[in-house]
Amino acid sequence: MNFDDTPQEAEFRAVARKWIDANAPKELEAELTKPSAKRASEKRDAMLDVAKAWQKKKADAGWACLHWPKEYGGRGSTPIERVIWQQEEGVYDKLARPFAIGQGMCGPTVMAYASEDQKRKYLPPLASGEKVWCQLFSEPAGGSDVAGLRTRAEKDGDDWIVNGQKIWTSGAHYSDYGILITRTDPNVPKHKGLTMFFLDMKSEGVEVKPIKQANGMQEFNEVFFTNVRIPDSQRLGAVGDGWNVSLTTLMNERMSIGSRVATGFPELFEYCSNLMLEDGLAIDDPNVRSKLASWAVKNSGLKYTSYRSISALSKGERPGPENSIGKLVSGMMMQDIAMFAADLQGASGALVGADAEAAGEFQATILGSPSMRIAGGTDEILRNIIAERVLGLPGDIRVDKDVPFNKVPTKGR
Amino acid sequence: MNFDFSDDQKQLRDEARRFLTEKCPPKAVRAVIDGKAPYDRELWKGLADMGFLGVAIPEAFGGSGAGHLELCVIAEEMGRALAPVPFSSTVYLAAEALLLAGSDAQKQKWLPAIAQGNAIGTLALFEGSGNPSPKAIKLTAANGVLNGTKKPVADGAIADFAIVAARTGSTGRDTDIALYLVDLTSEGVEAKALTSIDPSRNQAEISFKNVKAELLGAANEGWSILSQVLDRAAVLIGFEQVGGSDRALEMGRDYALDRIAFGRQIGSFQAVKHMLADMYVSATLARSNCYYGAWALSTNASELPEAAAAARISATQAFQHCSKNNIQVHGGMGFTWEFDCHLYYRRSNAVAVGLGSLSYWEDQLIERMRQKNAA
Repeated sequence: MNFDDTPQEAEFRAVARKWIDANAPKELEAELTKPSAKRASEKRDAMLDVAKAWQKKKADAGWACLHWPKEYGGRGSTPIERVIWQQEEGVYDKLARPFAIGQGMCGPTVMAYASEDQKRKYLPPLASGEKVWCQLFSEPAGGSDVAGLRTRAEKDGDDWIVNGQKIWTSGAHYSDYGILITRTDPNVPKHKGLTMFFLDMKSEGVEVKPIKQANGMQEFNEVFFTNVRIPDSQRLGAVGDGWNVSLTTLMNERMSIGSRVATGFPELFEYCSNLMLEDGLAIDDPNVRSKLASWAVKNSGLKYTSYRSISALSKGERPGPENSIGKLVSGMMMQDIAMFAADLQGASGALVGADAEAAGEFQATILGSPSMRIAGGTDEILRNIIAERVLGLPGDIRVDKDVPFNKVPTKGR
Repeated sequence: MNFDFSDDQKQLRDEARRFLTEKCPPKAVRAVIDGKAPYDRELWKGLADMGFLGVAIPEAFGGSGAGHLELCVIAEEMGRALAPVPFSSTVYLAAEALLLAGSDAQKQKWLPAIAQGNAIGTLALFEGSGNPSPKAIKLTAANGVLNGTKKPVADGAIADFAIVAARTGSTGRDTDIALYLVDLTSEGVEAKALTSIDPSRNQAEISFKNVKAELLGAANEGWSILSQVLDRAAVLIGFEQVGGSDRALEMGRDYALDRIAFGRQIGSFQAVKHMLADMYVSATLARSNCYYGAWALSTNASELPEAAAAARISATQAFQHCSKNNIQVHGGMGFTWEFDCHLYYRRSNAVAVGLGSLSYWEDQLIERMRQKNAA
């Protein structure tokens, strides 16, 4: 049991470190190190050019999408090399956020289902960040129940005509392409009538509107489709096989091994170490200590769980399902920790932004963290996944399973 | 990175599981719970024959000298099987104290006997309610003579010797505390069995009246040695708790698959599934924290105090969480004497406080993290 690299890993790490040292945009390091950097980069447009420049630089030197084959813009690296790269890239990894969905989810789907010509055309600029992709899955009527989606695609000659609406599409407003799941046959049960496409986001009839979120920010979009024409050559997988194609995409969502999830704990520990309460430092208060300790062991537990996954990768094994707990634990922690920090501030805990204590970081998290428990799989969906795929418990009883989609009720009352 | 046990260590774990599945079924645990014997003597002898008692004891002192990682994998299996034997008192506490601070003669006298299953040892620390603290130690030592009472002492009624924490001065400093090694057959020692929430492991009150004892380690270093022993035991008991958590989770999962209510497997209800998923999360976090503790223990790393406290907290939370919700998944049947759920529930609540309570270790963890940050 040790934390050491194998000789090959150490060599790879040294090469990666040297290149990053010589090439990273060091002027951004301080900004990216701030906990608020996540939000800053999602304010997007300001950071997008910088992000694209760094991604292009990496791609030109062979450091983009490391695990992809070289002919598609990758490096042909092993999974453990990809993890080592992420560790070495450190805070600059935050600059990869605009490309995360495209490279993490759309790319693998295109790789699995597009023609060879299409792969060679579309994947290298996706890897280099020159083209940004988004994922058009969620709908107002289909969140956790993705297969309940209603956006229609109807065949018209060699094209398909798409009408409908998607929601919660990250980056749709700066994306060049998207992968889109549609309903092509409403007369069969819901999972059987779906078909996947990719499309140019500048196509006529595509309209992107920002969503004003509960926390007042605008990080996601609604995307409306009005008679959008997509050539049949841009279909991914067979007609009616869209559900299986989407599983390829969603499985890749879980491939985030080694990238540390933010829990909010280091920030809270730091805050409590310096915060003076009436009777002294917050960290000396027994109630504060008890809470801190409970979060500390969740934080370290997640860290060492990811080390166990990395070790499995290093041995060439497939990491076990233990990695699936990261988002479930960290989402809840973020929210609970922020509420606790505000509680320590007393009445001032109700203020936000520049008027608040600690520059309002904790209040911003209180307002933003509900999304962490919903986006990318709600807490409840994640518990289902753990229960079904890890523990082997039965799936939910699905009353809409064998019913034609157009006969499934659409309103509760 | 190789943050995992080796293939040999995993093989040892499998071997221990096979042995305990055969020699320590729930029936064996119940024999002790029902008061038929104070501990399972046959199992104890078997553990000695398998070499499990001396796995972390050097060959020079009659052990196999394999090491602490090997002891961790055995500890996990002991916890999983709820082994009704004085393993933790003897191996994690007494033997570790001897290894850390014993003289050559003390080690020669007791360690081979432990490895062979001929001596049961324990740590006599607590004096009534409360947590580990130099201030709480009132039992006195003067000129090698002990006077006072310890309670509760795990396995105190069956132990052959004890490491006793005693007060040698009243300066208010940690150096007032010394450790003594006491042969419990000595004159003036009286042990009285106490009733425990987990009768598979007995507890005792031991009184010392003018008992002659020999120092273990330097007189002014008792508390420092004791702290190290508690840290090491925290990791090892953490593995027992992880083993118990996993078994309780499995029991709940299996019952959720077998039991039909409202015309379906109860494991198909999200209320039940999600409860089991949360148990899995706790058990996984605890396992990962304990692995870090195992690394720190086996390499004698400076991170051990922090790693041990984290392992202890996480494992305590997980075992209590899994054992209580295992009963919940079982519903009414889980609250019967006949079902084994309460055996795990009892053990989880006994080990949760046996080495100092959760709040004690929470305080320790934050203090240690804070000191590291200040350094």
